[in-house]
Amino acid sequence: MSTTADSYYVPHGTKWPIIGSIGLATSAVGFANYLHGSSLLVTAIGLAIIIFMMWGWFGQVVNESMSGLYNEQVDRSFRWGMGWFIFSEVMFFGAFFGALFYARELSIPWLAGASNNVATHDLLWPNFQAAWPLIEMPLTEKFDVAKQAMGAWGLPAINTVILLTSGVTVTYAHHALKKNNRGGLILGLFLTVALGFLFVGMQAWEYSHAYNDMNLKLTSGIYGSTFYMLTGFHGFHVTMGAIMLTVILIRAIKGHFTPDNHFAFEAVAWYWHFVDVVWLGLFIFVYWL
Amino acid sequence: MSTATTTHDTHDDHGPASGLMRWVTTTNHKDIGTLYLWFSFIMLLIGGSFAMVIRAELFQPGLQLVDPQFFNQMTTMHGLIMVFGAIMPAFVGLANWLIPMMIGAPDMALPRMNNWSFWILPFAFTMLLSSFFLEGGAPAFGWTFYAPLSTTFAPDSTDFFIFGVHMMGISSVMGAINVIATIFNMRAPGMTLMKMPLFVWTWLITAYLLIAVMPVLAGAVTMMLTDRHFGTSFFDAAGGGDPVMFQHIFWFFGHPEVYIMILPAFGIISAIIPTFARKPLFGYSSMVYATASIAILSFMVWAHHMFTTGMPVAGELYFMYATIMIAIPTGVKIFNWVSTMWRGSMTFETPMLWALGFVVMFTIGGFSGLMLGIAPVDTQYHDTYFVVAHFHYVLVTGALYSIIAAFYYWVPKWTGHMYDEKLGKIHFWWSTIAVNVLFFPQHFIGLAGMPRRIPDYSLQFADWNMISSIGGFAFGLGQVFFLYIVIKTIKGGKKASDQVWEGATGLEFEALPSPAPYHSFNEAPAVK
Amino acid sequence: MIFKRLAGRVVAPVSAMLTMFFSASAAAEYELNMTQGVTPISRELYDLHMTVFWICVVIGILVFGAMAWSILNHRKSKGAVAADFHESTTVEILWTLIPLAVLIAVAVPATGTLLDLEDTSKADVNIQVNGIQWKWKYKYLDEDIEFVSALSETSRNAVKDPTGVENYLLDVDNPIVVPINKKIRFLFTSDDVIHAWWVPELAVKQDAVPGFINDSWALIEKPGVYRGQCAELCGKDHGFMPIVVNAVSEDDYQKWVLAKKDEAAAVAASSSQEWTQTDLMAKGQEVYNKACAACHQPTGTGIPGVFPGLAGSPIATGDVKDHINIVMNGKTGTSMSAFKGQLSDVDIAAVITFERNSFGNTVGDMVQPSTIKNLR
Ligand code: HEA
Ligand code: HEA
Ligand code: HEC
Ligand code: CUA
Ligand SMILES: [Cu+2]
Repeated sequence: MSTTADSYYVPHGTKWPIIGSIGLATSAVGFANYLHGSSLLVTAIGLAIIIFMMWGWFGQVVNESMSGLYNEQVDRSFRWGMGWFIFSEVMFFGAFFGALFYARELSIPWLAGASNNVATHDLLWPNFQAAWPLIEMPLTEKFDVAKQAMGAWGLPAINTVILLTSGVTVTYAHHALKKNNRGGLILGLFLTVALGFLFVGMQAWEYSHAYNDMNLKLTSGIYGSTFYMLTGFHGFHVTMGAIMLTVILIRAIKGHFTPDNHFAFEAVAWYWHFVDVVWLGLFIFVYWL
Repeated sequence: MSTATTTHDTHDDHGPASGLMRWVTTTNHKDIGTLYLWFSFIMLLIGGSFAMVIRAELFQPGLQLVDPQFFNQMTTMHGLIMVFGAIMPAFVGLANWLIPMMIGAPDMALPRMNNWSFWILPFAFTMLLSSFFLEGGAPAFGWTFYAPLSTTFAPDSTDFFIFGVHMMGISSVMGAINVIATIFNMRAPGMTLMKMPLFVWTWLITAYLLIAVMPVLAGAVTMMLTDRHFGTSFFDAAGGGDPVMFQHIFWFFGHPEVYIMILPAFGIISAIIPTFARKPLFGYSSMVYATASIAILSFMVWAHHMFTTGMPVAGELYFMYATIMIAIPTGVKIFNWVSTMWRGSMTFETPMLWALGFVVMFTIGGFSGLMLGIAPVDTQYHDTYFVVAHFHYVLVTGALYSIIAAFYYWVPKWTGHMYDEKLGKIHFWWSTIAVNVLFFPQHFIGLAGMPRRIPDYSLQFADWNMISSIGGFAFGLGQVFFLYIVIKTIKGGKKASDQVWEGATGLEFEALPSPAPYHSFNEAPAVK
Repeated sequence: MIFKRLAGRVVAPVSAMLTMFFSASAAAEYELNMTQGVTPISRELYDLHMTVFWICVVIGILVFGAMAWSILNHRKSKGAVAADFHESTTVEILWTLIPLAVLIAVAVPATGTLLDLEDTSKADVNIQVNGIQWKWKYKYLDEDIEFVSALSETSRNAVKDPTGVENYLLDVDNPIVVPINKKIRFLFTSDDVIHAWWVPELAVKQDAVPGFINDSWALIEKPGVYRGQCAELCGKDHGFMPIVVNAVSEDDYQKWVLAKKDEAAAVAASSSQEWTQTDLMAKGQEVYNKACAACHQPTGTGIPGVFPGLAGSPIATGDVKDHINIVMNGKTGTSMSAFKGQLSDVDIAAVITFERNSFGNTVGDMVQPSTIKNLR
């Protein structure tokens, strides 16, 4: 197929997907076995294969992009793709937010006798009191009871500021890029990456504090479950985003982006704004209200 | 890295490479479509043979063939394989083959990702099926895997199931993203949205459903995983969670999921009926709006699967009203199809027969759906064979029939060969009689009180179960016959003309030869 | 001629089925259609069911009729030439509004029925029903009566060849007894997974969800024996978890209550007796087959990966305290339930003794009912 600017680039043959599938399957099988007593070795091998795949696949795409194979239409396909990928991520978080709201608004009040559940309370959990954050579960013996809930105005507030600032710096980098100001681009990206990793570090610190000093664990009932699953998946996404930003930073230093051709930069920036927005949701509904 | 990429500049556009690696590495939408379709056929046979085990055990009362635990595994894996392995991939396969040809695109928008969407599936299903050989056997908690039966009470193999579902989800989301990007970005100039064939429209909307709900399913299985192994209590009342919360999350996925399995079918039927009625589709734009309304409503009705879970009565009322509303846009579609036939000039080639069968029997399935939607009466219907009858009418004589219809309709375009008309007709009549013998009596035994998912039943259900089983074996045989027809058509057959059908319209028939070349539209076609 | 051809095609099979449905439903009501049941609600449900059914039949006749008409008359082989119309806002609006009106007409009575169905207030008799894999435990909240009800021996032994077995799979060892003409409120919950208690004639189907209580009610107007089954997949023996409700007159109900209480007192008394090893073993075998064999299997082998075997099991051959503990208290999060709420002291002592000295286990010790009693 010709590769002039006005024809759509259709690659012919690719080995990366099958490698990716092998990697996925290996890590999945490995992890399932790990849960039943095997070591994490197989999982690690699978993850290594996936990383190898991403390296190769993205590398190839970068090269194709750099050698001008992609016209504007290809670029648009990437945009549609990234946009809706982020939407699917939003829905994934939606499931966990849904669980949070369900517990807060429905199951906990019901266990305490609300709505048509008077009998639930009287016959099964007469001592249970509804509360949020839920410290005392209906059956406390089974769980690790936290000493207190996670407040909002200490470290989480600082983290909010960090993440919001990083949203500003990445936008600054984008403007710089559009004005062909490489210095500004690199500075902006560098700050964003740094703030991103700072956030992850703070989060890790918060976790260790919660586990060791507050006895707030995954096993602390629905509060601990939703707290860690939501913030945990978010933290994981921040980590991924920060790694992606690092790659973009390196590419920026290498001079890969031009003011009118920098889809990769924008994709990662979108992603970064997405984790930002999710964090706001977390801050409000998990930490604050 | 540089050596790897230079090879791509030198590619020719004559045709595919040969050998196994062609299929493993292909980025061609037709190749990938073919892979999907074969995969789904294999899954239909596997899932179908599980159904045969079910019907054989239910042939007469008493436990004859399998023990109850294995029976539950059969039921579960039958549902999972049919839904995720047979129906969904078949539609994705059709999308791959048809959407680029219908909108005048050179290929799908993201060809490498397209390859990956497919090649995840064999791995995911191998994982799922391998659970049969693990200690404790395959998942036995139904395709709906309600907690806590699927969490702390489930066998070890459940973790394979969980990761298998994660992988299918990744595959579906990537497939859907590809469809969206293709439709929005790859249409030939002049192919405005409201000129797109309905199959493209219905798939576009289906893709949105997929993107919105597959991640929610992923979330549900992730919560299962952490409840099983990491001490969370999402579905455990003792920790403040709720087993019923699982059902809400599942059905938030699950109900749109059943429309994922029927909207593309609507698109197929909307292509076939006008062709053989030789008359344009009645109410094109209202078809588009009806599809969109069904999709939007599908997000608001999920708890009609949960009328007996003890929801507050306000919730039950709301979900009842919302559910029965779906009859309206669906009715619009049925009425439009009938109006398309009205005063047409009809002929009854095999694809048309399957399409007509679809319209009649899907409507019957829709009627029973409406009955199920009446919340108070669902007290009596829920979890009985009445429900089983309902969903097989919409899934087998709905979704599966549309897929078979699509095969007969487009296979001449794919292979350049006509299928054998006589065999096609035999296939239709045999299947249609058999499928009604199979599923219609299930309405009766359901109303008479036979619960679903049981390996054995009390004696008053014996007669109809035996009849149903006989229908089941006959229908199964019919699909083995279908396999023969498929292979025969691929191997040879009367040469198809470019337009294939006298009344066929659309770019794939009007702008491409039969068989369609490996690369369809390197130059964008002119759209009238 | 053409009609015949058509009849063979689409209409015939469908209409044949429908006719079968109508005519047969008059003849043998119970086999083909929903039961009318024996409560006011069950009749309301039946009526609503039939209303919606007939609406569907009428719409079906219209739609399939129009289709059949065009299939018959607008076919190319009859020289039909295609018209060219393909739009009409008027009819589109019509066939949106008419179904809407039909649906509203259905929704109104459905709403009323649903509100009745869900109104469990002012009950005369309150019965708590616990689903347990794979049996039901009933607790009369006003009477201090509590017992477990499971599939009857006759049915259980007939699974290989049930021909002629009366009420096969619909029979239990301990039916519940309720008075007629009283509002009975059932409160459902579960000890393990989700079950659903369903008796068609009472029009009660309600999920038993662990950790929550759902309720439902019935006012039975006719004495009789009403049978039902578990209606939510709950694991291996989901199909073997029947329900029998014995509806009797108020007087008979009171008599039954007294008898049940006497029975309970007798069982309680038996635990202060000393039992011999042989008696315990015999009793234990009986209890084992009834209460344990469904999972651990009659031969004590279990089902690998699902239920552990007891033959040679570390607990069944180890410290008796652990053995007593797991049988009495079960293990949360597994299907091994706490049997102290289901079995008497004698039963527990006997079954433990049995397990320690069967399936090749030769521990040789025995457990006395009094030991169990003291541990309660
Ligand atoms: C392709 C799949 C598909 C489709 C299209 C549908 C369509 C519908 N379904 Fe179905 N359904 C399933 C697949 C599907 N379903 C499955 C798999 C299950 C079981 C899952 C499980 O538990 O395992 C299920 C279960 C299910 C239940 C739960 C039953 C229970 O467990 O108790 C309910 C309840 O409301 C329901 C309702 C409906 C309704 C109202 C429609 C409507 O969309 C139907 C609308 C169509 C019509 C009504 C006919 C045409 C209309 C006209 C001719 C217009 C005029 C008509 C009137 C005004 C009456 N379905
Ligand atoms: C999505 C589509 C789909 C399709 C196509 C089918 C197809 C069939 N299903 Fe369905 N079924 C479901 C989806 C589907 N099913 C779902 C979601 C459930 C619920 C599961 C649950 O409860 O969790 C279910 C449950 C279900 C039950 C209820 C089980 C129970 O509650 O215990 C039954 C029982 O009759 C049944 C029967 C059949 C039969 C006979 C077919 C036939 O149409 C199959 C025909 C195909 C073949 C037979 C394959 C070809 C033949 C061979 C490979 C050779 C062998 C042939 C012979 C021996 C003759 N299915
Ligand atoms: C519904 C299923 C079920 C029934 C009925 C059942 N059990 Fe169990 N039993 C289990 C399961 C599951 C375990 C494993 C629990 C675990 O994970 O440790 C178990 C474990 C045990 C153990 C410990 C075995 C070991 O080595 O770990 C003993 C002893 C036991 N059961 C005795 C009994 C007795 C006595 C009865 C009847 C009175 C009974 N069980 C009925 C499911 C059941
Ligand atoms: Cu209990 Cu099904
Ligand atoms: Cu639904």
